[in-house]
Amino acid sequence: MTGGWQRLHPLTTLVRGGRGTIAIVVILVPSLLDGGNTSRTITLLAVAAAFFGMSFVRWLVTRWRIEADDLQIETGLLGRRSLRYPLAQVQAIDIVRPGLARLFGVAELRLRMGGSSGGTARLAYLREDEVEPLRVQMLRLARGAEEHEEEIPAWLHETLLARVSTGRLIASIVIADVGIVAELVLAGLIVAGVLAPNAERGIFGGGAAWAIAVGTRIWRRFNQEYGLSVSEAPDGLHLRGGLVGLTAETIRPGRVQAVRLVEPFFWRPVGWCRVEVDLAGKQKVEGEGRAQRGQLRALLPVGDRATAELIVERLVPDRPRELVAPPGRVRWKSPLRYRKLAYGRTDTCVATRSGRLRRVTVWVRLEKAQSLRFVQGPLQRRLRVASVHVDVAGKTLHAIARDRDAIEARREIDTLAELARAARRAA
Amino acid sequence: MSDDWRGISRSYLALRRLEVVVAAVAAAIVFAIFLNGWYRLWVLGALAAGVFGLVIVQRRFAAWGYAERADDLLVKRGVLFARLSVVPYGRMQFIDVTTSPFERLIGIATVRMHTAAAASDARIPGLEKHEAARLRDRLAELGESQAAGI
Repeated sequence: MTGGWQRLHPLTTLVRGGRGTIAIVVILVPSLLDGGNTSRTITLLAVAAAFFGMSFVRWLVTRWRIEADDLQIETGLLGRRSLRYPLAQVQAIDIVRPGLARLFGVAELRLRMGGSSGGTARLAYLREDEVEPLRVQMLRLARGAEEHEEEIPAWLHETLLARVSTGRLIASIVIADVGIVAELVLAGLIVAGVLAPNAERGIFGGGAAWAIAVGTRIWRRFNQEYGLSVSEAPDGLHLRGGLVGLTAETIRPGRVQAVRLVEPFFWRPVGWCRVEVDLAGKQKVEGEGRAQRGQLRALLPVGDRATAELIVERLVPDRPRELVAPPGRVRWKSPLRYRKLAYGRTDTCVATRSGRLRRVTVWVRLEKAQSLRFVQGPLQRRLRVASVHVDVAGKTLHAIARDRDAIEARREIDTLAELARAARRAA
Repeated sequence: MSDDWRGISRSYLALRRLEVVVAAVAAAIVFAIFLNGWYRLWVLGALAAGVFGLVIVQRRFAAWGYAERADDLLVKRGVLFARLSVVPYGRMQFIDVTTSPFERLIGIATVRMHTAAAASDARIPGLEKHEAARLRDRLAELGESQAAGI
């Protein structure tokens, strides 16, 4: 397939528009059926035509090819842009299929590039059945392998680590913090409705906006985490799942800034937990939904301890096994947290545990540490304790060892600085 | 630890003191004009707050310090919340030097080191202009020679 310029799938025009397309259809259809207000219909048609016209031109002027070891994409009508992505620098190739794309049988290929720029090449959209072979071919070229190898090579094989079942996902959301709040409010609304039927309207009106917000959150979570599976492959962990939109993503070990294991209060009786990772903040991609940004990526939405351990083991094999509790005098400062607080480290990895109701364990590999901080508040000074922060380039996570003995904490800062330097050198 | 700690410029302290004095005096004058009778005691209150502010400004000034070690920069600050940051030179993404108009008048600047982590906190205010320039150049040089990826 080397050579020849190719176009993207013609339906790209429709799918790219995404919500815009849906909105236009929704507005247009009734007004067309209505047939009354002609001038308005014409305006709408003109807007739609302009919209699709631009989209179509964009499709028309965009072409791509694989030339030697590069992926080349040319685009732009007036300002012509020619992009070259050396396949040798490809870190991972993901397949993304939003809901609309699935409807039309197309898919997007997303190449995550390495190097200092760390950009992302997008081929959106291609025919669904074309995507997988193309991915394999590109990965082969990336490895500098022969182009016409027959079988799927060994390095593409992956072993399944975990897959969340629908039943458990639903159960976990029902007893998660958001779920329980939603249920309580719902119950409250029903009770209020029964007891005071007259006030019902006002109560529901007030609750509606809130209910929508919570509903969206729950839906988004369900949609993203439905059928999520993690498997291990030589190039990292492969993540697949989704209900309406499907994604397949590769998480290279190097992209992971921090790993965390969350055990929500209400899940503890059943022994479930959740594993999430924070990825480098730089890799923001347009087309990655707004909700996905600034959010941790769940590798295991819900699972038992053993499965979680299995995944954590893949990400931070060098993690400390034994965590040490802070001095007992801290109990007066953080009564709720005290029993969960713990800290431990090896020469290459730091682990901290905290949380008031839920228990959160965070692992950070020292080679990823961006800076270290020692913080001591007034109450902490009175108790002769201090917190040690290990900052990483993730979006939200960093490791905080709270309320350690002050002298130990100060010494720990120096030791960690030393260890982090060694870890960076080794990396 | 025998780190070579440096403090920040006394001009910075002078500027902060001036701010406190101006605020306290302005408040006192406003109270003196608009309040009557016993409420006039607020004037004394404003002045007392000013004195308290001067003490705080003094202590916070004294808490600032930085040390350039072989591989990282240390910055300490804060009285109520004492903080110490360790930022390896290799993690530095860029440095910026900023001055407010008043700071420019007395020739001081703020140097700030940015890393890929938003939480990193390496800001040194109140550096003499030449010291700020020296620090900026030195950090840039060290950052380049020790650069590490994310």
